[in-house]
Amino acid sequence: MSLAKRIIPCLDVDNGRVVKGVQFVDIRDAGDPVEIARQYDAHGADEITFLDITASSQERETMVHVVEQVAGEVFIPLTVGGGIRTVADIRRMLNAGADKVAINTAAVSRPEFVAEAAERFGSQCIVVALDAKRVSKEGEPLRWEVFTHGGRRETGLDAVAWSQRMVANGAGEILLTSMDRDGTKQGFDVELTRAISDASGVPVIASGGVGNLQHLVDGVQLGRADAVLAASIFHFGEYTIEEAKDYMAAQGIEVRR
Amino acid sequence: MTVIAVVDYGMGNLRSVRKALEHVGNGAVVEVTSAPERILRADRVVLPGVGAIGDCMNELHRLELVEALREAAGSKPFLGVCLGMQALLDFSEENQGVDCLGVLPGKARRFPAELTTDAGLKVPHMGWNGVLQQGRHPLWRGIADNSRFYFVHSYYVEPAEAALAAGVTRYGFDFAAVVARGNVFATQFHPEKSQRAGLDLLANFVRWDGSV
Repeated sequence: MSLAKRIIPCLDVDNGRVVKGVQFVDIRDAGDPVEIARQYDAHGADEITFLDITASSQERETMVHVVEQVAGEVFIPLTVGGGIRTVADIRRMLNAGADKVAINTAAVSRPEFVAEAAERFGSQCIVVALDAKRVSKEGEPLRWEVFTHGGRRETGLDAVAWSQRMVANGAGEILLTSMDRDGTKQGFDVELTRAISDASGVPVIASGGVGNLQHLVDGVQLGRADAVLAASIFHFGEYTIEEAKDYMAAQGIEVRR
Repeated sequence: MTVIAVVDYGMGNLRSVRKALEHVGNGAVVEVTSAPERILRADRVVLPGVGAIGDCMNELHRLELVEALREAAGSKPFLGVCLGMQALLDFSEENQGVDCLGVLPGKARRFPAELTTDAGLKVPHMGWNGVLQQGRHPLWRGIADNSRFYFVHSYYVEPAEAALAAGVTRYGFDFAAVVARGNVFATQFHPEKSQRAGLDLLANFVRWDGSV
């Protein structure tokens, strides 16, 4: 037995409610993050990631309560991203029961924030969320750049170099989203995933583009991802976590059952 | 009713540890505390922790918890978790070398760089890995051998005596995922985050009288 590749369902939470809801079995309240997390836990999710997309900062406090409630019932690792900008934000989430926080925009606007956070709380809980877009032209060597604000704002930063800088600053894990693939259901950008996974030395969670179970396998086998994150294929009941694990195991990938 | 002291020294997800203990505790009182007298008065003690060992030991000294922890570890059921496990050893290589509590002989060492360069294994060792139980122990009761637990760490424990390893995990090489002696049981993994197997282990701890 060796370290299992992880499957991580991701829930977008707006003001305490899961956006769009989920449609798999046994759910009474499709927008209740606690009930959804409990279901995913029962179905074998290895971790759960919450992305807080609440627009107004006054309502951010609701996310703390969500984490408190989930952590009181679900005993697997929880990651919280979205709006993490200060050491106080991190402390609040960790005290509420989160195990890791994902830092995105704040890492780009102030890279030393990642170093401060890792110094204070340890690298094990600092995930850097890296949103990357392919910028190389056809026939050129592959190259990706870091984008922020949901892929709308370019930074000019090379994604591979950026991942290494973030690890040097203390990031313990990278949540890597291909902005080209996100929402397309065409599969992960496995070249991107592999480039970051090989260069960074820390665990990489592949995200963006999952449409079927083979995509999860490709993320691990071609992209060398340590974990795969998906939302819609699980939320809308296309596949269960168990089916995903069965499929991955049948392709020779070690999973937790 | 049994009282469990969860040692609060300002580091770690104490809420998760407390909630998990309450979940399996069958009415046990869980006190999150940094008061030495409460630790000494409790029936059992959990030393959790995440982060870096330097800060951990500094805080334990500042809060005057060192003697209380040594005494508790010598007298009642005592569970160390992750950094709380490493703190029980003599020494850690982290933060340019830190003297720890010296409850169990051994040291914490950094995963070697060759693990990544040669074997392609990532550090931190993060995720669900199997633990091979080394002999019988009351805390393993009802837990299948080689069950997976959740790990996240960059340093691993090297006990001075191989017999201290009550659980072994392979990550490029075999390391001690659990060290135990007498009334002390310490895990590198996080039982409070290891779903069924972890909760079973905590339930066993809550019932444990400290004998083996």
